[in-house]
Amino acid sequence: MSELTLLLIRLAFLAALWFFVIAAVGVIRTDLFGSSTAPAGPRKGIRPAKPAAKPKSKKGEPRQLVVTGGPLQGTTINLTETPITIGRANDATLVVSDDYASSRHARLFPQDGQWIVEDLGSTNGTYLDRSKVTRPTPVPLGVPIRVGKTVIELRK
Amino acid sequence: MPAKRRMAQLVMLAVAVLIVMGAYANVGLAMNGEVPSGMLTYGLGLGGLMLAAYLVLAKFAPWADPLILPLVTLINGLGCVMIFRLESVPMAGASSNSQIMWTALGVVMFSVTLVVLRDHRMLQRLTYTAGAVGLVLLAIPAVLPGSLSEVQGAKIWIRIGGFSIQPGEFAKLALVVFFAGYLVAKRDVLALAGRRLLFIDLPRARDLGPILVTWGLSLLVLVFEKDLGTSLLLFGTFIAMIYIATQRTSWVLIGVLLFVGGAFVAGQLFDHVGARFSAWLDPGSPIFYGNAPVCLEDPPGDPLCSKSYQIMQGLFGFGAGGILGTGLGQGHPELIPLSFSDFIFAATGEELGLTGLMALLMMYALLVERGLRSSIAARDPYSKLLAGGLSFILAWQVFIIVGGVTNLIPLTGLVTPFMSQGGSALLANWILIALLVRMSDSARKPPPQAIQNEGMTQVFQR
Repeated sequence: MSELTLLLIRLAFLAALWFFVIAAVGVIRTDLFGSSTAPAGPRKGIRPAKPAAKPKSKKGEPRQLVVTGGPLQGTTINLTETPITIGRANDATLVVSDDYASSRHARLFPQDGQWIVEDLGSTNGTYLDRSKVTRPTPVPLGVPIRVGKTVIELRK
Repeated sequence: MPAKRRMAQLVMLAVAVLIVMGAYANVGLAMNGEVPSGMLTYGLGLGGLMLAAYLVLAKFAPWADPLILPLVTLINGLGCVMIFRLESVPMAGASSNSQIMWTALGVVMFSVTLVVLRDHRMLQRLTYTAGAVGLVLLAIPAVLPGSLSEVQGAKIWIRIGGFSIQPGEFAKLALVVFFAGYLVAKRDVLALAGRRLLFIDLPRARDLGPILVTWGLSLLVLVFEKDLGTSLLLFGTFIAMIYIATQRTSWVLIGVLLFVGGAFVAGQLFDHVGARFSAWLDPGSPIFYGNAPVCLEDPPGDPLCSKSYQIMQGLFGFGAGGILGTGLGQGHPELIPLSFSDFIFAATGEELGLTGLMALLMMYALLVERGLRSSIAARDPYSKLLAGGLSFILAWQVFIIVGGVTNLIPLTGLVTPFMSQGGSALLANWILIALLVRMSDSARKPPPQAIQNEGMTQVFQR
């Protein structure tokens, strides 16, 4: 083996190692730069999972649920056709670890292009802006919903 | 909702296996001028093994993180290549075949753990059992007679016939499980009670019990097993986990003070600890390096002779490697004592250089990042603590041994995870990875569908 070949092999090997590291970072870039619940955009080679939801969305409809206050502040959930449950139970869509929240505290569901909030018999109540939610109530954009210490909002 | 990323995982796995085969070929080309005859079997073997691990993972933990397995594959494979390279010098003690066999067993343990342990929260029920098992495993070598448990000064083995295991490697897993379960139950009192002094929330004196017990335990390990590494590993992990559980800086401060104090006293009282410290502070002195006239006598005239010989040889190795390394198979890592186990990082540093070492450390960092990531994404406090603790123990172990080999901190005999030759460590670390995979699976799994049917709503309480 000539010196030159060995040198080239050596450099190629180091390059391969770094290629692996960079590829690994590429695989998790959505974790590093995007939110965990909402990938930044459609990935190469993988079709978006829910193409059906797209054509329906009109202008005034909320697209995202954003947590604006409490320990989970900054979490966003993309709204689809499925209802969203909020509570301490592990199977809730938004799991809040909060002494003031019940296991199954409240639920948000879409109806005729509107999102409705419903209290599920929680101990401390759910508040839409200032008023307690006693019956399923439509949620306007940008109005805070309080569940214990957590404040959430619907956004476009 | 995170995607499964199966394709990415398979591709990364294939790339990892290819890189390992390339390294294997590189060693052969450099040392004998030809591709080693076993390369294909070796590569296919590793590939098959990892494919099996992948299939088990895809079946039993489909939402698991896509990076954990490929990263471990590459690190483990590079370790095998380095051991193969040292074996072909030849160097006594290095045996790549046994390492490959243990890797296969490790993958089996990985699969068994994934298949048997469907929900890691089951471990919470075993909190105190795990604590007892951990303590017993840790204590066995200390009470066994030296002929059965002592190798090169460290009393951490069980040797029966030609077979030897290091129970401490498994003890550390059991103890992390115990710490997680215990801290979840007690974290409120540890986090809230206490008073504020200047800038720090100090805990109450009576809540210091657990930390003092762990501290005493790690000092016992230090004194009776002469194993600075395990001692530091256990205590550091406990401090990190108590910090994760309570988010209180004062625990870290108390822990560091306790350990520094304990280590200082131990250094004064026990020669083997003191010698490590002196050798760390001045590794280049002729007495420690072993070329002073007094050390050339037979037997050496000073008990401190050659205490830093290994570190210095390792540092010379790093120096010879430089930025780009000497190339696989073209350095002289056989000049470093034990370069196939404790000092495999120095051997790798010589042949791959700073560039290669940084890539290797990045892989460890990514592995730990994936673990911490599943800890953040986990939904319940127990999983958070367990995933955080397991990731931390991996990171901490790499830090302790790499820090020791590069003379940043006093050298302690710990294995480099997945690289050093040694069956117990390999098995224990593969189980650790299985636990991380299991937890990343449950953390990334999408939540069950919300209740759909109006009016028929039933609320089940578990």
